[in-house]
Amino acid sequence: MEVRKGLLYSQDHEWVKITGSIARIGITAYAQDQLGDVVFVELPSVDDPVTKDEPFTVVESVKAASDVYSPVTGVITAVNEDLEDSPELINESPYDEGWIIEVELDDTEVEGLMTPEEYEDFIREI
Amino acid sequence: MAKSTPLYQQHLDLGAKIVDFHGFLMPLQYSGIVEEHRCVRETAGVFDLSHMGEFLVEGPDATKALNYLLTNNLENMAINDVQYNILTNEKGGIIDDILIYRLPRGYYLVVNAANIEKDKEWLTRHLSGDVTFTDLSDTTSLIAVQGKAGNSIVEQVLDMRLDGLGYYQFIDLQYKQQTIRISRTGYTGEDGLEVYLPNDLAVDFWQAIFAKGKTSQIKPIGLGARDTLRLEMRMPLYGNELTEETTPIEAGLSRFVDLTKDFIGKEALVEQIEKGVERKLIGFEMIDRGVPRTGYTITKDDQQIGVVTSGTLSPSTGKAIGLAYVDSQYAKVDQAINIQVRQKSLVAKIVKGRFVTVKRKKY
Repeated sequence: MEVRKGLLYSQDHEWVKITGSIARIGITAYAQDQLGDVVFVELPSVDDPVTKDEPFTVVESVKAASDVYSPVTGVITAVNEDLEDSPELINESPYDEGWIIEVELDDTEVEGLMTPEEYEDFIREI
Repeated sequence: MAKSTPLYQQHLDLGAKIVDFHGFLMPLQYSGIVEEHRCVRETAGVFDLSHMGEFLVEGPDATKALNYLLTNNLENMAINDVQYNILTNEKGGIIDDILIYRLPRGYYLVVNAANIEKDKEWLTRHLSGDVTFTDLSDTTSLIAVQGKAGNSIVEQVLDMRLDGLGYYQFIDLQYKQQTIRISRTGYTGEDGLEVYLPNDLAVDFWQAIFAKGKTSQIKPIGLGARDTLRLEMRMPLYGNELTEETTPIEAGLSRFVDLTKDFIGKEALVEQIEKGVERKLIGFEMIDRGVPRTGYTITKDDQQIGVVTSGTLSPSTGKAIGLAYVDSQYAKVDQAINIQVRQKSLVAKIVKGRFVTVKRKKY
């Protein structure tokens, strides 16, 4: 499973790409593989607040519904509306076309996230 | 300690995700549920169902003794027939739903894996007269080949035609000097065969199917797609739609209940039919976007009127579908209902019949 360089990772298997004060968030290749075929994403709305370690959306696979937890705290500035009609982008392109939301960070000093190397070790031990 | 089937290593080699399913280590999926589902609908797929239980009931009193424990009538069966049947308790609650095979001197019962011990206990306690009961579950493997391309692949493996084998019929034949049982049954709605073999032939047969099926691009199919395939056909699943707290009448299975004979639970079912049932199993489609799941509450005008027993996004149609028990007064086709999905009340409507139409060859 790809663990992409240049991103930060949470223990709940989300990735974060920080550019200035904006964080783009999605789920990892490992997470989408565990979920199986994603068939529906319940997208949040722009301007919704998100809180670190609290769920901000639900991703439904054929088998089950799973919460997606925010790795950061802030306010949503963009949602990936392509997921509405093509939820499978989460499986096919978890780090690129399958991104879920962008968040304006309350604090650009994010805490408690793993480097790609740390996340690789983390999933190896599961 | 979970059990594994003789095909466990095959599943690992094929890259399956393994889950503990009622104490059996079984493949949940290989390439992915949607892809596997479509493969069965378009060509054919192969399932390891060796976790299912098989019992043999023989003896001069076998028909009489079993008929008293089952809702459907064994007197209607000829040798080599298969029948869908239901074991009920005194209250008419469903102990299990089974397939029963008529043998020359008895019956072969195929039961749900989760219910093997319970059924065995119930049957051995209630079977009376001159009968013998044998549990063959641990020595029997079951491989299902489902989908339009499946029949000819099995024919090639066996080197014989199966044209004479009708729907819900079986034959016993020789494969590698041992007896195997082939029945034209399944849980997908497709044309298909189910093959019962001694454990030591399972790997051989499984590999032979894939060798002959290479050109048809058949795939191994896990329990995930087995569930979506049966749900599209509106087939009930024990543990979801069928439990000891539900009756065959509530579940819409009256056609498998013969009230012209005596059986345990009959009185309760007759009373339900006379008084009318309080709730009924229905099928529904989501109108709003969302996926229904087992246990979700169903409401009408903010009052709870039912509960979802199974739900998924249909891989064949892309529609979100489900089965549910609702108060009988609402169990009408086109009735609008609300499914409570994570604090949201989403609109759905009750629909009739199967969710997907499948053309099956007539045998």
